[in-house]
Amino acid sequence: MRKIKELVIEKSLLTSALVTIAITFGIIAVLAFEAFQFFTEVSIVDFFTDTQWTPLFTDKHYGILPLLSGTFLTSFIAISVALPVGLSISIYLSEYAPKSFRKTVKPLLELLAAVPSVVYGFFALIVVTPFLQQFIPGLAGFNSLSAGIVMGIMIIPFVSSISEDALYAVPKDLKEASYGMGATKLQTAFKVVVPAASSGIIVSIILAISRAIGETMIVAIAAGQQPRLTLDPTVPVETITAFIVQVSLGDVQHGSIEYRTIFAAGITLFVLTFLLNTLSYRIRKKYQEKYE
Amino acid sequence: MKKLVFIISLAIVAVSCGEKKEQKATSETAVLEGTIKIDGSSTVFPVTEAVAEEFRTAQPKVKVTIGVSGTGGGFKKFSRGETNLSNASRPIKDKEKAACAENNINYLELEVAYDGLAVLVNPENDWVDNFTVEELKKIWEPAAQGVIMKWNQIRPEWPNEEIHLFGPGVASGTYDYFTEAVVGKSGSSRGDFTASEDDHVLVQGIVGDKYALGFFGLAYYSENKDKLSLIGVHNGAEIVKPTLETVSNGTYRPLSRPLFLYVNSTSVKSPEVIEFVNFYIDNAAELSQDVGYIPLPSELYTKQKENFNAFVKANKK
Repeated sequence: MRKIKELVIEKSLLTSALVTIAITFGIIAVLAFEAFQFFTEVSIVDFFTDTQWTPLFTDKHYGILPLLSGTFLTSFIAISVALPVGLSISIYLSEYAPKSFRKTVKPLLELLAAVPSVVYGFFALIVVTPFLQQFIPGLAGFNSLSAGIVMGIMIIPFVSSISEDALYAVPKDLKEASYGMGATKLQTAFKVVVPAASSGIIVSIILAISRAIGETMIVAIAAGQQPRLTLDPTVPVETITAFIVQVSLGDVQHGSIEYRTIFAAGITLFVLTFLLNTLSYRIRKKYQEKYE
Repeated sequence: MKKLVFIISLAIVAVSCGEKKEQKATSETAVLEGTIKIDGSSTVFPVTEAVAEEFRTAQPKVKVTIGVSGTGGGFKKFSRGETNLSNASRPIKDKEKAACAENNINYLELEVAYDGLAVLVNPENDWVDNFTVEELKKIWEPAAQGVIMKWNQIRPEWPNEEIHLFGPGVASGTYDYFTEAVVGKSGSSRGDFTASEDDHVLVQGIVGDKYALGFFGLAYYSENKDKLSLIGVHNGAEIVKPTLETVSNGTYRPLSRPLFLYVNSTSVKSPEVIEFVNFYIDNAAELSQDVGYIPLPSELYTKQKENFNAFVKANKK
């Protein structure tokens, strides 16, 4: 009797694990199928080399580059904000802050990631953009700068939390050895602890980038809906995710080429985040071996 | 005490209002039953829907269903006799007329309201005062994609700054209409502008951008008058800004158009359709304004009604 009970529990646990995997594969299959249909009509060379993306208009161009540049531009700005701030926070929390302070501040920081991104989006559009326009006269109402900055604020906890864990996990003997050699606290933090935890910090950055690339609401609301190949942060751009939102909300016909563009865009996005996540997984594995 | 008096008087007012409404409903013609099928333009839909909603209070037993297949899709069903009424944002085409004739469908065209498009810039824009239709065409035609990027390419005295364009998404009737009126071919425009079906996005974009230029339905402009500045369009003879007057007298060309309702002859044998259409014409002026369109001059409504009554009489037998 007991054996059967065990068996049932074991099998049900196995099923739930398999269900997640099955769903993932299902999504990949649908994406790949529709994207394949898309690439039978549009050449893959055009897809990666054309500099215009206008699938919904009369003069149709299917170049993903403008969407990619929009995605990378906003993500780059976000990382430029999140990396220095997040890293400083994590170093302070793990090396300098008293334990009680660390215990209260860490969950508060993680709250930043709990704010719905649609709220961040409107914050960028209604507060940050008008504020920045006081200093940057040519700043458009929709721009990658304010969307990127706000997205950076949102992903600070990704950087700070994970790298703080990595810094905290650096063995005490390393630090003590450093102090024993006469190093100051600052020297120990930056020359010993940070390098020792570097792989963990890199993982945190990659995860944050992956989050930024996949972020949708903030860029859809605040960065604009105009695909253009540019590195100028003051003008409207469109990211891959924002394009998918735009097409999904409009009424394009199912099965049409316009409809399939979202799968082509989606699979590009998926490949990007998949590569980043795999990379971070590899690095994390390597780092775990180092001190165990 | 004062408060109590106030509440009581409020209650009395409320009650008496309610009574009035009931009286109005019962004093009208007998209670009708049936279903009225309408399909067609998404642009006319808001007016028809508002009318149908009001009609429900007057004739609660008549079911009115309104589809939005677009003007063309609506006529397709209309010509097969599948619908009683058809919403249209343009007059019926010859091809559609032929389809109706094939199925022995006689129809009557009724004008119900006007729709106008507004061309807008940021209030800080102090150089633009008007556009000609040719200039608008130069900005929006497909050939402009990636080419017309700066204000001074349109008129040399305008600033050497990038022009940021905002317009309705390709799925909207407004886009079709604008491209038809300005570019000359419906659904044909450049693709490198901020296109959104959500008019709020367009308003936000133009409000936050000194070098913006955009267009959308006049209804949206009237809700955001203080934040945007309206630009007049040169119609060949003079510069005209869209207003109640210029749209209804036809001088705001080509960015204003009439909206239509088509009735077929077999439907006017049923009293609920006659009642509904009469109700529509009687209330179109007020309700079209409510949803952001511009009413016809009142004598035109009277004329529509006369036409309709003649049409009903002719098809009575």
